[in-house]
Amino acid sequence: MMARRNWLTFVLLGGVIVLVAVAAELVGDRLLLRITTNLCISMVLVIGLQIFMGNSGILSFAHVGFMGVGAYTSAVLTIPVQMKGMALPNLYPFLADVQMLPVVGMALGGLTAALVAALAVYPLMRLSDAAAVITSFALFVVLHTIMYHWSDVTNGPRTLFGIPGGTTLPLAAGVAIAAVLAALLFKESRVGRLLRASRDDEIAAASLGAHIPRLRWQAFIVSALLAGIGGALWGHFITSFSPKQLWLKETFVILAMLVIGGPRTVTGAVVGVLIVTASFESLRSLEGAINRADILSEPLVGMTELTLAVAMIAVLALRPGGICPSREVGYYLFRRRARGP
Amino acid sequence: MNPVQFVLDVLSLGGAYALMALGLVIVYGILRLVNFAYGELIMVSGYTMFLVSGSGLPWLAMAGCGVIMAIAAGIATDYLAFRPVRAKSVTAVLITSFAFSTLLQNAALLFISPRPRAVPLPELFSRTVEFAGVITPVRNLITIAVAVIMLGVFSWLMRSTALGIAMRAAATNFRMARMMGIPANLIISAAFAISGLLAGAVAILWIGRIGTVVPGIGLQPLLIAFIATVIGGMRSLPGAVVGGFLLALIDTALNYTLPQDLLKFRDAFTFSLVILILLWRPEGIVRGPASGQRT
Repeated sequence: MMARRNWLTFVLLGGVIVLVAVAAELVGDRLLLRITTNLCISMVLVIGLQIFMGNSGILSFAHVGFMGVGAYTSAVLTIPVQMKGMALPNLYPFLADVQMLPVVGMALGGLTAALVAALAVYPLMRLSDAAAVITSFALFVVLHTIMYHWSDVTNGPRTLFGIPGGTTLPLAAGVAIAAVLAALLFKESRVGRLLRASRDDEIAAASLGAHIPRLRWQAFIVSALLAGIGGALWGHFITSFSPKQLWLKETFVILAMLVIGGPRTVTGAVVGVLIVTASFESLRSLEGAINRADILSEPLVGMTELTLAVAMIAVLALRPGGICPSREVGYYLFRRRARGP
Repeated sequence: MNPVQFVLDVLSLGGAYALMALGLVIVYGILRLVNFAYGELIMVSGYTMFLVSGSGLPWLAMAGCGVIMAIAAGIATDYLAFRPVRAKSVTAVLITSFAFSTLLQNAALLFISPRPRAVPLPELFSRTVEFAGVITPVRNLITIAVAVIMLGVFSWLMRSTALGIAMRAAATNFRMARMMGIPANLIISAAFAISGLLAGAVAILWIGRIGTVVPGIGLQPLLIAFIATVIGGMRSLPGAVVGGFLLALIDTALNYTLPQDLLKFRDAFTFSLVILILLWRPEGIVRGPASGQRT
């Protein structure tokens, strides 16, 4: 059970998400609605990464790989049967007649990602530091290669189209709030506490009886579950995508959100998503405006990522723990109130 | 299949791979830093050659410019991405190097172009010769020669010069080396500079195969260097060379034997191999010096 200050954190972070979503709905601008929905999807993905990275202290590159597993699973299960003949002509017969509701597909996408993670990563959890990072990168390349070339199921390097759009802003915001709750509950659970102990001192935690590989494995499965759900939400949001949209650039953006906000706290994940999305979208519209104005001979590309990379290095150099390095937002407010008259 | 052809293919590919792996491992050995920006050093070198191509300099001078810029970019990696966070966690260093790689790539996108750019190459690179009964491109022979020379110079440098001995000492036990009076910052910058030099040489050989440079050109060499160092041994310089040639042998053999529809999954196979090797023998084939902690 969580302490009261953690419930306060949950109410505050959930409140922010509700506020942003309601504000976007009230304004009703189509572009703003899209950006806000995207923000909620990023929130699910980044919080998923926070659950593993924040608690175990190990950098994982494979997250977007599991996002892809979720996106493709849900797509294959939900594309209407008559569309499948065109979109995926060589699909295995037992899948060709399946057509589910997007929400069911999303849940199954998350579960498939969690299952793949559970089966594949247990041995990798014994590794720490650089070896762990390289293996997670290798795992990412393996997942990407499979998505890129398994044409029967993923349409290979070509765009997979015909995915029904089922992601609305209320749904995405609801999942994001659930993800915040899951991350806070996980952090305060027995597994989460032991894992954080192992993050701070591996040897001391092991000598207290913590089975570190198993703890990391459990965190990774939860993390992959959220990655899969987030990926499926994303798939039903943009309704056609290719493996190229699930590669290093996306990894970089998600990682930047978490690192800038602060990987050790759920508050940090939420704050990072809000700040990065806001600056990303304004830079992108600036980039778009410059390109439309036709001032330059060639279209301007890459400025947004460039700025983000500089911001990321600056944050790590000046404030290595991110904006919210160690305490959840509820802690400060709770302390202040407890001290008051 | 002609055995001479096969051996030549393995040696020329392996030479390039070995140089790539060496450039990655020289930094890793001392700092335990996987430099994700390593591939972008190759990109920098390629774009420098593209930018000076209109200057009318002889080709060797242009290639020299490319190598010098790669060295400069290597040292810049140290100052911008690595030094500010060196004392902090390993994760922070990995993330900054990843961020620096993105930064360089997007700078190329922004200031040059997302489209491929032609790099000047001497006519010699596209010629072929007959060697021991097989027709082979001259650039393969050049690759082998460059690899042999650079590996020779490099091993002399590491064995017999004060700098090389200091670097090996730092790779074995960094803190102890510092106590013996080895200047840490100089050694680290030197490691990044050598890494840049190797990347510059690789860039010329690698771009010599393709002829153009794009912002994403560094990814493939980075992945190759990754696999080669993991196979050979992350901590050992000879291990990187062994890993490079072994990977070339595996790749060439797979190219000759695998059927087309499995060949496209080759990366998945090789990276699964990386995971298996790290699990079975985390030190790789050639064991490095006994471990000391970073900084």
